[in-house]
Amino acid sequence: MDDPFEIGGTTLSSRLILGTGGAPSMDILESAIRASGTDMVTVALRRVVPGVAGSVLDVCERAGVRVLPNTAGCRTAREAVLTAQAAREAFETDWVKVEVVADDRTLLPDTVELVDAVEALADLGFIVLAYTNDDPVIAMRLAALGCAAVMPLGSPIGSGMGIRNPYNLAMIREQLTVPVILDAGIGTASDAALAMELGCDAVLAASAVTRARHPEIMAEAIGLAVRSGRLAHLGGRIPRRLYAEASTTSVGLPEL
Amino acid sequence: MSRLDAVIVGGGIIGLTVGWKAAAAGLRVVVCDPAPGRGASWAAAGMLAPVTEATAEESELTRVGLASLTRWPRFAADLAADAGVDVELRQDGTLQVAFDGDDRRALDELLAVHRRLGLDSQWRASRQCRELEPLLSPRIRGGLFAPGDWQIDPRVVVTALIRAFANRGGRLCRSSARRLHFDARNSVGGVELAGGQVLAAGAVVIAAGAHSAVLGGLPPEATPPVRPIKGEILRLRADPEDLPFTRTIRGTARGRSVYLVARSSGEVVVGATMQEAGFDTTVRSGAVHDLLHAAIDLVPAIEELPIEETLAALRPGTPDNAPVLGPSSTPGLLFATGHHRNGVLLAPFTADAMLEVLTTGALPAEAASLGAGRFR
Repeated sequence: MDDPFEIGGTTLSSRLILGTGGAPSMDILESAIRASGTDMVTVALRRVVPGVAGSVLDVCERAGVRVLPNTAGCRTAREAVLTAQAAREAFETDWVKVEVVADDRTLLPDTVELVDAVEALADLGFIVLAYTNDDPVIAMRLAALGCAAVMPLGSPIGSGMGIRNPYNLAMIREQLTVPVILDAGIGTASDAALAMELGCDAVLAASAVTRARHPEIMAEAIGLAVRSGRLAHLGGRIPRRLYAEASTTSVGLPEL
Repeated sequence: MSRLDAVIVGGGIIGLTVGWKAAAAGLRVVVCDPAPGRGASWAAAGMLAPVTEATAEESELTRVGLASLTRWPRFAADLAADAGVDVELRQDGTLQVAFDGDDRRALDELLAVHRRLGLDSQWRASRQCRELEPLLSPRIRGGLFAPGDWQIDPRVVVTALIRAFANRGGRLCRSSARRLHFDARNSVGGVELAGGQVLAAGAVVIAAGAHSAVLGGLPPEATPPVRPIKGEILRLRADPEDLPFTRTIRGTARGRSVYLVARSSGEVVVGATMQEAGFDTTVRSGAVHDLLHAAIDLVPAIEELPIEETLAALRPGTPDNAPVLGPSSTPGLLFATGHHRNGVLLAPFTADAMLEVLTTGALPAEAASLGAGRFR
């Protein structure tokens, strides 16, 4: 089935994006990337020095996946912009996932700083993917500022609490024309499937894979769930009913 | 000078241990390092902790760690005898505690790993943890006690190793190796030092820690993928007569990992970060903040201790977190590197395995999984 997924004019073959933080070893990270089927991996610029052999970037190159630098760790718009500019030089890409978090207890997005950072980076010609909360109004503002994709959270980073507000997420999906990527909160495969069933264009999973007991197995599970959820979204779920309705009706039954 | 049996590049705990054991076995050995014992070994906390370091997918590393731990008492005694100094191995165990409910759930996962691997650890309620170590925060939500996770002061160990190595007839060359020296048959036949002098030897053992893949002349196909993983670590000073705790305390506090190790000298080690930052060894203010934040969450009383030292050093990391031991695909070129978080723990095991390699040419069966060929 032809179901291309595009961000900023680039077609991606998988609707799963993986985060790399927290993997127990580079070998395990590499096997998880391969098992997931992803073709884009996000890497915290502050935690990686390009050009060092054996780093996460080598792993990405060997696995043949695109690297999406992110601004994890930034607390102000200014830091995010400077970090993104450093990423553009180091990684030779215009793509950036902008994260500006308010504090390290909740890691929730500081949307005031985020909006400022996104505006500046879009003006500088970046392809901006913005990590935000599940507020439809902010999501619309981000899209209007020129984000190539908006990435609302399901629940806080690393919490594994799944999608706490599917209603808001559905509203975001309904109102935006740019891709909506569920970012943060995935705990297991069913969370990813639910995000896709709600109409998200893609899912980002990091801790759910890297901190799983067996990351490679969980990566495959979430990769399958994303595909499965996407197909379910396209296939169209049936209306919910209070009472049963036999799948085989009496029409055409032989009268004995 | 006539040909040596082996030149060891790198005089950290691994290079010195291999050198000492080889010299004690009668081999003619030189260790070259401009600053022996002053790399990762000098920064390391010296936890001998195969149980609290265990992870779900690294059971082989756990096996090797346990195999090395059982050698430590004898190893420490032999080292003390050969060096003529005291080497204190502290065997009072390790407490791995959880600060809040989230930390507790993460610790349950570690306990499950211990049960599955059959490792010795016991759950202790918060009050039981505080009976063992009364200065633990009353807020902790409980912990695991691992009686078999010990500690030793790596600075004492490397200082003793330098003496023991010399006492057994080994020679320490305080110069850095610049490049490998190849003989006429394209075998590795020694190293060329920074000054241009060549040390000819039957074998070269690369034990240069995080720098093991960057020595000049290393054939790329024979070089294991060893990369630097930066660790930042603090040293506080307590009254030796009044240590805030005696068992090693590890834990997570609001998601931040930390360990605290107290020595009878009064030194309290607080570590350590893990960062992929190339060969940078600066200490970030955020690292000091995060380490102290977590450490003070777990043991509030350390707030009063003076900071004696902040230090960053480079762990030698490998793709599977396990060391690289034994022969490479290039004749005469051996590796004893890639010990990552476990260099101190794995030193006795590494020395035994490498001595076997130097005398027989092959790794013993118990170390066969750690060979240099596994990354090809």
